[in-house]
Amino acid sequence: MSKTVRNIFLGVVLFLLSGPLVVVSGVSLNAKKRLFFPPEGVSMRWYVELLTENSWLIPVKNSLTIAFTSSLLALSIALPLAYFLWRYRVFYARALFTLGISPFILPPVITALGFLSFWVTVGLYGQMLATMISHAIFFVTLPLVTISLGFESIDHEIVEAAETMGANSRMTFQTVIFPMVRPYMISGYAFAFVLSLNEYIVAYMVAGFTVETLPIKIFNSLRYGYTPVMASVTVVFVLLAALIFGLIGRFGDLPKLLGALNPEDH
Amino acid sequence: MIGEKPKGVRAHLTLAYPALMLGIFFIVPFGLMAAVSFFHRQPGGFYIPGFELTNYKNLYTVLFGRTLVFSLFVAGLSAAVCVSVGFPFTFFITRMKRRAQVVWLVFLMSVLSLSEVIVGFAWSLLLSRTAGLSNLFVWLGLMDRPVAWYPGFVALLFGICYLAFPYTVLVLYPPLSRLDPALPEAAQTLGASPIRTFFTVVVGSLRNAIVAAFVMVFVFTLGAYLLPQILGRPRHWTLSVLITDAAIYQTNMPLSAAMAIFFMFVSLALVALTMMIGKGKKLRTA
Repeated sequence: MSKTVRNIFLGVVLFLLSGPLVVVSGVSLNAKKRLFFPPEGVSMRWYVELLTENSWLIPVKNSLTIAFTSSLLALSIALPLAYFLWRYRVFYARALFTLGISPFILPPVITALGFLSFWVTVGLYGQMLATMISHAIFFVTLPLVTISLGFESIDHEIVEAAETMGANSRMTFQTVIFPMVRPYMISGYAFAFVLSLNEYIVAYMVAGFTVETLPIKIFNSLRYGYTPVMASVTVVFVLLAALIFGLIGRFGDLPKLLGALNPEDH
Repeated sequence: MIGEKPKGVRAHLTLAYPALMLGIFFIVPFGLMAAVSFFHRQPGGFYIPGFELTNYKNLYTVLFGRTLVFSLFVAGLSAAVCVSVGFPFTFFITRMKRRAQVVWLVFLMSVLSLSEVIVGFAWSLLLSRTAGLSNLFVWLGLMDRPVAWYPGFVALLFGICYLAFPYTVLVLYPPLSRLDPALPEAAQTLGASPIRTFFTVVVGSLRNAIVAAFVMVFVFTLGAYLLPQILGRPRHWTLSVLITDAAIYQTNMPLSAAMAIFFMFVSLALVALTMMIGKGKKLRTA
């Protein structure tokens, strides 16, 4: 395709993708509470409010706690499963893998409703623990897929060499396999972390009225009117995601993680 | 060694923990929800175990039917928009230098991770009267006075496409980046124009991937829950909203569960379709 057509096309897509973010960043800097763009005077007061008002600080803390623990839990489920699947190709491990990726294939409301009926029955409805475990299961797909990619990239001969030299399976895992898989674990954790931070419906169904996460807080404030703090939260979220994915892109192999076969060729 | 059969209890211990976690916290909740969909609802929000088809029979309402059709329609339309814009877009990305690719991918991943509520909020600002795009048009002299472009169907469509677009690109990225660059080059050497090459060679050889991406995005957009409430009017509410509404606000878990199970079968049928298309592709290349 000709270069001009391509550039115009890419420009339009970039405009549409960044347009909403530009308006939100503008509004977040507004000096007055009135919703207006371009901003009337620049001020950081809505960012300060986000970090000082308890009504925003508590959801921030809840969201970070949930994202931190649930992605750790997701990682702990994904690592042994991906290892087992790579080491022994047996059908029941395959079946578990399919199970692990299914929360991502179904519309989230279905999984969320399943969690709701479970936690109500168990009696933990409304507890933060319920949100943590639910998020861990809901996002286990991400570390599972990235870590499996990591195992696939290990050259079998290296493992065999370690075993020929007398290393037992524990030593091989600790000294050879684990260091090679570690970057994929970090990316999987980061994916799960960012998505947990942004997740709404599972968190809402499982404990929405007692454990307010940031997305729930934003939606609640959206319902009852408008405050520029919502805009400043949005900017913080975008920057955080860009930072985390930027780090993965800088230190990891993002094209490969997303499924390109030979990124070096381009 | 790798690929061998696991021997004994010790080898299987590795698998025990993930199996237990997924079993207890994913299979049990699903089974429970399926069971609840057959339970008997009592006035006041409680339900007692039993087996009846009342909840499924109660699905046959005008509201449910209309909502289902509308959800499928919106999802189909936005998936079509996303794939037709996303396919050439992803093609361009995969032909870029690695560094440029990474920058675009980081940007797309950042947009993808945004919560639905944030996407809805951002679009409601962009389409609002006081801070929105129409102000820019007034300033450019294209319009007389600023207007609000939401709530409405078009606003909803834009929001859903925005939400699904990065996902579309990620679904299309692997097949497009694996496409042999020699293929379009050969077509151009033989005299085809770049645009003709794109439509005949690139689109043609990836037809299955396009259909698979369409179905994936279709199912993804079926999950839209907050956008219809933020950018649409009540008549634009989707099945996800209806299910949540029944569970939380009407405290009718059995009905809500029945809706979810029905919804799941519709989605699973679509996923099965994707897999069938994937299999057909493998057979053809083999």
